[in-house]
Amino acid sequence: MRYSHPSEAGRKGFMFKLIEIMGRTIISFSEETGKILVLLMQSIKQLLLPPYEIRSTFKQMLEIGVKSLPVVLITAIFTGMVFSLQTFTGFKRFGAETLVGTVVALSMTRELGPVLTGLIVAGRAGAAMAAELGTMRVTEQIDALETLATNPVKYLIVPRFIAGTLMLPALAAVADITGIIGGYFVTVGLFKSSSIVYWKRTWDFLEAGDIFNGLLKAGFFGATISLISCYKGFYTRGGAEGVGKATTGAVVLSSMTILISDYFLSAWLFK
Amino acid sequence: MIEIVNLHKSFGKNHVLRGIDLKIETGESMVVIGGSGSGKSVLLKHIIGILRPDEGQVFIDGIDISGLHENELYEARKKFGMLFQMAALFDSLTVWENVGFSLLRNKKMNEKEARALAVEKLGMVGLVGVEDLMPSELSGGMKKRVGLARAIAHQPEILLYDEPTTGLDPIMADAINELIIEMKKHLSVTSVAITHDMHSAYKIADRIAMLYEGKIIGTGTPEDIKNTDNPIVRQFVTGSASGPITIEGVHHERTFNRT
Repeated sequence: MRYSHPSEAGRKGFMFKLIEIMGRTIISFSEETGKILVLLMQSIKQLLLPPYEIRSTFKQMLEIGVKSLPVVLITAIFTGMVFSLQTFTGFKRFGAETLVGTVVALSMTRELGPVLTGLIVAGRAGAAMAAELGTMRVTEQIDALETLATNPVKYLIVPRFIAGTLMLPALAAVADITGIIGGYFVTVGLFKSSSIVYWKRTWDFLEAGDIFNGLLKAGFFGATISLISCYKGFYTRGGAEGVGKATTGAVVLSSMTILISDYFLSAWLFK
Repeated sequence: MIEIVNLHKSFGKNHVLRGIDLKIETGESMVVIGGSGSGKSVLLKHIIGILRPDEGQVFIDGIDISGLHENELYEARKKFGMLFQMAALFDSLTVWENVGFSLLRNKKMNEKEARALAVEKLGMVGLVGVEDLMPSELSGGMKKRVGLARAIAHQPEILLYDEPTTGLDPIMADAINELIIEMKKHLSVTSVAITHDMHSAYKIADRIAMLYEGKIIGTGTPEDIKNTDNPIVRQFVTGSASGPITIEGVHHERTFNRT
């Protein structure tokens, strides 16, 4: 949409243009947020109404959960390893190297497990969702669903939404454990620190709330990624180029939302 | 019977449909012709309720489907079958799962029954032994046939065709025309096709309507259309670049610069 003629804007000067750009950004941001929320409402409504899409939900759980597992495992083990490497050498300066287990366990469960898993799934499964739904939109497959008396929100979005929300905590839990094991390898294996001390320090200061709230965050990230990616794919316009834009948009917006909401969720959950 | 009354639709500033009035009798085969971007597909999508009008109504057997609630609309759609321009087969499903899609979902058939029926419908469009292939393994003409089999699987009363012959070679296009005629004969369906392929329009139509600048500017039998006095319709059906219809962005007095 154009709000004024370009030459007019030129006459009105730089400030006017700046305000115009800001206004337009705010409008498109609120419009997009509104549309995503409407899609969320529709998905929840379709989720509750029978018949339930059990088969395709399992298929999506496999797609999002199981197939992301190798990447999550590798990321988590190396994160745990580098974390204990840095903490061990750093903490040694003030003689606190026995606390490495605690640091790794707390950071994995509260932060790195959920956030890294979220970013990986956004890049892998989120991109795939946006590309698949986007292609279905531009090749009229979504219209075809409508003509076959099938609600596309129910058939396409609900299974992905459920699968994302359930599988992210599961993957994050795996990442938590793998990261702690990675930390153990470096601390005990490489630096010859005591195995007993590592485990004792891990368990001594780790509370159930750390794990639980971390997984809660992961669940929120999963819901967000699938909703945003489905939204981007579902409303794709403009052929192959549009699918590309939707896919990029899905990954960027999901990742940003994860990182920003992570701060606020953490501030709220870990008081 | 399908009755479209004063249908208006805009996308942003683009006023695509500007008051369409059109009546299609039960059992009739109506072909809507018009240039690219004239809003033919938009019209078709209003008939099946994928798009909602800004103004006006679409009556299907006396029911205004533009005013229906979501669930009623899905119920009403079971009367329809639609063949899409590029077939729009679900590429994650096999051919028979595509054809049996509505049988499995809406008619609650078990897999064995649905598969048998899908194979039968595929036979009706001249395809044998393709049921376990994926859509990506099919040629353009075969995809259209599968699309047609999917459209007729749930025994619709109304069949909609979105440019059924576009993108096919002349022989394949004619084979699709024959199929459309057969469908009408054997299934006694009401059909609405949109096309800019005049050969196809003359062959499959009982009546032809021309869409121009968002309005229906003329309807008649293929014979009427061939002998029309309307200069716009005449230019379109004879396929001439010069006449009252101008091509947007193209000037007939071109300049050749030889430098």
